[in-house]
Amino acid sequence: MINLLLIIFIVSLFVCVTAIRLKTFIKAIAFQGLLLFGIFFLRLNEINTVNLVLLLLETLIFKAILIPYFLHYLIKRNKITRETEPYVSNFASLFIITFVVMTTFFLANTLKGGVFENIYFVIASITIFTGLYLIISRRKIITHVMGFIILENGVVILSLAVGVQMPMLVNLGILLDIFVTVLVLGIFAIKIGDFFKEAEVDHLNRLKD
Amino acid sequence: MIAIYLILSLLITLSVFLVRKRAVTISLVVLFVLLQWTLTVYEYLTLNTVQLLYFTPDAIGIILLTVMSILASTSFLYSFIYLNSRGDSPEIMAIYLSALILLITAISTAYLANHVAIAWILVEITTLSSSVLIYHRRTERSLEGSWKYIFICSVSVSLIFMGILFLGLASQQAKAGELFYSNLIIHAKYLDEFWLKAAFLFIFAGYTAKVGLFPMYTAGIDAKDKAPSPASAIFSSALMNVGFIGIFRMYGIAARTNIHQWASSVLIISSLLSLIIAAAYMLRVRSFKRMFAYSSVEHMGIAVVGLSMGPLGIFGSILHIIFHSFTKAGLFYQYGAVNRVIKSKFISDAGEYFENNTSGALVLLLGFFMVTAIPPSGMFISEYFIFKSLFQNGYLWLIIVFAILITVIIWALGENIFRLLFYHPPAHKDNNEIIEKISVWESVPQFALMAGVIYLGFNPPDSLVQLINQAVKSFG
Repeated sequence: MINLLLIIFIVSLFVCVTAIRLKTFIKAIAFQGLLLFGIFFLRLNEINTVNLVLLLLETLIFKAILIPYFLHYLIKRNKITRETEPYVSNFASLFIITFVVMTTFFLANTLKGGVFENIYFVIASITIFTGLYLIISRRKIITHVMGFIILENGVVILSLAVGVQMPMLVNLGILLDIFVTVLVLGIFAIKIGDFFKEAEVDHLNRLKD
Repeated sequence: MIAIYLILSLLITLSVFLVRKRAVTISLVVLFVLLQWTLTVYEYLTLNTVQLLYFTPDAIGIILLTVMSILASTSFLYSFIYLNSRGDSPEIMAIYLSALILLITAISTAYLANHVAIAWILVEITTLSSSVLIYHRRTERSLEGSWKYIFICSVSVSLIFMGILFLGLASQQAKAGELFYSNLIIHAKYLDEFWLKAAFLFIFAGYTAKVGLFPMYTAGIDAKDKAPSPASAIFSSALMNVGFIGIFRMYGIAARTNIHQWASSVLIISSLLSLIIAAAYMLRVRSFKRMFAYSSVEHMGIAVVGLSMGPLGIFGSILHIIFHSFTKAGLFYQYGAVNRVIKSKFISDAGEYFENNTSGALVLLLGFFMVTAIPPSGMFISEYFIFKSLFQNGYLWLIIVFAILITVIIWALGENIFRLLFYHPPAHKDNNEIIEKISVWESVPQFALMAGVIYLGFNPPDSLVQLINQAVKSFG
């Protein structure tokens, strides 16, 4: 069951990479929040109840509801156009991410225990790579932030690999998640929207040598 | 004591932020400096004892904490001069000072943290408070600087966290228990090689954003460019040392295992690329602050390569970061005065500084000799140790490449600083412009810092040598 959810998670990454409209992208992020909720519930049902409830609330409320809602709000407030505006064509992006998925699986096969022993590691590496790829291949600041949110999802999945024995690390991962997302999204996305009306990276390249 | 320190400094941060009365703010800042020094002395007296579960003042921590306390005192002094000269509103002043206090608190405790995850949280807090300092001027450029800093540091913090997770996997398999550095060092031999390599790579790459080395150095450059100069002084000294101590501790674990050679080559590659980048950008920088920032990249590269070269190299690199912190802080403080005299940050507008502010010009001249490691600079001694250790390990080619790159850097630094000091613009724009007179007393702390670099290089006190030797021994 967990493996199924993880595979669907990878499919949602393909949706993010090929999304033409920002709304599709946001829906995919919200869907990933729901998937993470399921994965957390199935994986961590052995740790103590209070901790589990906290983690589940975080994934459900924060990742699946609050972040997508806030992204919507930012797009409306700053009047950002609806396209994601990638530098590379969607076909090329799809090809690159497929290649990454395949190589990661092949590489994981050479590890001790194969793909399924290290499944969290595999999925997390793919997710983190996709997040980084989205950050470098898109024009708008808001898509950079969304790429960063996907990267954070990858980090959270990675923390599940050690989560059952060391729940403290999962908690820390969630802490990082909330803290950084609130910081990046809340303070600076609003400030940048006020300063630069179109909120594109083009306005943010004057500091250089 | 650490608990008291944390509680009191958080209280001071809050009250500086809320009260906003000049007299109260000044006395609170003085109180904080006293608290900082109390902590330093107390931790020195209780060396190597576990405090508050997660903190252990070890030798390297104490050395860097002392450096931090000295720079904290001078930075507050120059912050007041800076804020007065700008005439900022009380609100902006309060935000600036409370962010600076929070930053110093986080840095000081991060030096002492003995738990991988606690150190990581404190590093995250330094990102938060420094981004507030970068945004101090409230302009588009400073917003851009702080946005880039936050974004890159957030990615780097995620990388460090991934490294910690890999370390967790390794320690689980080795049954090493909690992720204390001391614990991991004891169990280092039993850690799985693959996961340890992954952990080292991610933690190293993450900390390079703080220390200012090759993959993620850009964050620090923009930050030091846009932040007020007293804050830049902290960024390019104590904050870089936070990254250094993270790499130091992680390398200390790796050095006890079979991946020692591999980890050393990671450090060497990163520092070599950092020096190349520093040399290349130094030739084309347009502002003094960015030039000093790239010079910090160079010195951290030298310090990190020393780390991978055995006991003599480690001794040299610890000395080197102490001297670098003092010198670079002094130069950034002096830059605050330069900016008030020439009223431009660009090198092309600079000139005639010797006539307008003689004492400041002497600081810059002395700083130039210090930062380029020309004797009597203490950095000459530390670089000598590092290069000697490189020679002992048979890295002659690396010494030659480093020597060429350092020559380029010295040339660029000299060209720009001497232009500022002695150049006479052919035609004056208008002679009516009033040039601000800088008091001689402002330069005195900077002279003291430079004198410290010379004195500690020639005649380091026994207690310092003992501490450094102890830190070197912790590598086993």
